[in-house]
Amino acid sequence: MECTDIINTLAACLEVSGTDPGLAQFIQILLGVVIVTMAPLIVVILLIWVERKFAARVQDRIGPNRVGPYGLLQTIADALKLIIKEDITPAGADRLIYNLAPIISVVSVVLIWAVIPFSPIHIGVDLSIGALYFVAVGSIGTLAIMMAGWSSNNKYALLGAFRVVAQLVSYEVPMVFALLVPVLIAGSMSMQGIVEAQRGMWFVILSPVAALIFFISTQAETGRAPFDLIEAESELVAGFNIEYSGMKFGLFFAGEFVHVFTNALLMASLFFGGWVGPAVDQVPALGFIYVVLKAAIFYLFSLLLRNTLPRVRIDQLMAFNWKFLVPVSIVNVIVVAFLLQVVRALGLAPSAELSNDFIANLPQAIVLLVGSLAIVIYVLQQLRNFGRQERLSQQTVTVRKEDEVDMLPAQAAH
Amino acid sequence: MLELNAQSIGFLIFSAFTIGGGLGVVSSRNLIHGALYLILSLFGAAGLFVLLSAEFLAAVQVLVYIGAIAILIIFAVMLTRSLTRLGEVFNKQWWLSALVAIGMFVLILVGVILPVFSGMDTSGVSPNVATTIDLGVALVDGNQYVLPFEVASILLTAAMIGAIVIARDNE
Repeated sequence: MECTDIINTLAACLEVSGTDPGLAQFIQILLGVVIVTMAPLIVVILLIWVERKFAARVQDRIGPNRVGPYGLLQTIADALKLIIKEDITPAGADRLIYNLAPIISVVSVVLIWAVIPFSPIHIGVDLSIGALYFVAVGSIGTLAIMMAGWSSNNKYALLGAFRVVAQLVSYEVPMVFALLVPVLIAGSMSMQGIVEAQRGMWFVILSPVAALIFFISTQAETGRAPFDLIEAESELVAGFNIEYSGMKFGLFFAGEFVHVFTNALLMASLFFGGWVGPAVDQVPALGFIYVVLKAAIFYLFSLLLRNTLPRVRIDQLMAFNWKFLVPVSIVNVIVVAFLLQVVRALGLAPSAELSNDFIANLPQAIVLLVGSLAIVIYVLQQLRNFGRQERLSQQTVTVRKEDEVDMLPAQAAH
Repeated sequence: MLELNAQSIGFLIFSAFTIGGGLGVVSSRNLIHGALYLILSLFGAAGLFVLLSAEFLAAVQVLVYIGAIAILIIFAVMLTRSLTRLGEVFNKQWWLSALVAIGMFVLILVGVILPVFSGMDTSGVSPNVATTIDLGVALVDGNQYVLPFEVASILLTAAMIGAIVIARDNE
């Protein structure tokens, strides 16, 4: 049997040693699923430590440093504490939904890992619709938050959940439009196909606008600052998970951390070449290092954003999405699709044999980059005009107020 | 005629999800539970699509239908007075919908299920599994479904513009 992905290798060995083929198949799939789902749950232990250390450094603190070397075992101690804590279910809660919500929240994130390519051969399953799959699975997470907010029987939780659904559903739109760009360029929805197509040139060079929109909207999807209206402490106490305690809260917490890193992995795979790097064909295991390194950069960048930016208001959040991100992402998709057809019609696109060659990809990249630049310049121009108008209207308002103030003593004198 | 393999077990499970969820939707007195049963039902339908090798439709089913349930729950919470104990019948034309439902059921029974069990020639069903690419091409191919596709697009655009017009302030 050929070695094509993580799951499809074990059954052949089992069959040789005399196991029933059907049973061998079943064991192999089960093991593969367990491996793929365990990976994010183990990674999250490290992620929480990284985030706490990073946040501490930004805020001029030391961070966890007591349990284990450099405080590395702090997360394990915390998890232990969460597990042995009293588990409280509020009176009037809808028990089944209340208990189901944290599980679905984590599962919706973990399922995404099934289609993330880590190397040419290491991927959970290379679905032909991988890019669509992760959007579909991600949308279940919204539902988990709504379930948690409603079943808690708490008005703050419900208000928090309303905000989340408004935010997540809105930001899904530019995310999908940005996602369309790599799919268009690669001509494939399979994640492995998208990464393969970046051997010659990373998609971020072909469409930096799409990469930026994808990054912003995934940052909003995780509900992290500056988009952390989901758990705006000063307004909502804690948001949708206010009533959860113990490990159930821990699941929401872990789900959020995995989600941030998963988005970094997707960002790396979709726009920054994923596992593509030197000598990856000879030693596929190198792919793991490349993709995780690339993802780590985005992860740390998103942590930096979280720890330095203030929270936006809900109306600003919505206006930014619907009046800025969505139109720009739609225009971007149209421009990229049009330019791709032009490039292909003019014969500038790299031929199938030369698609791995950097030089052969240059003409296409230059054309698309010029298109992106045109979009950026136009958008900046529009923003400038908008800003000027706002300033002018502000000035007229203040001038009018000053006039009124001047008139008052004059009237009094009469 | 139904041999017990992984595929048929999957079919049975997903069918049970679909039908059980559907029953739950119409019988539960709690609106939120009804919405969640709807998820179960739609998830079962997505599973059936996977069994038919239509992964694209399955993903779209999850994305469009299940993803939208959260919004449905918001409507349920905001627009109804008693969420958890629905007792009264709001619609006086329930018998009409019952009639339509029974009619549809009979239609499916006669048109689809009976021919299969009466040993109808099923070789007309193409053994070729259409890929996602085939689906995409069919939607823009002049000889296939480009007209319905465009009509649906115009309909949706019109609905969207209508919603914006209704919602905007009159300045």
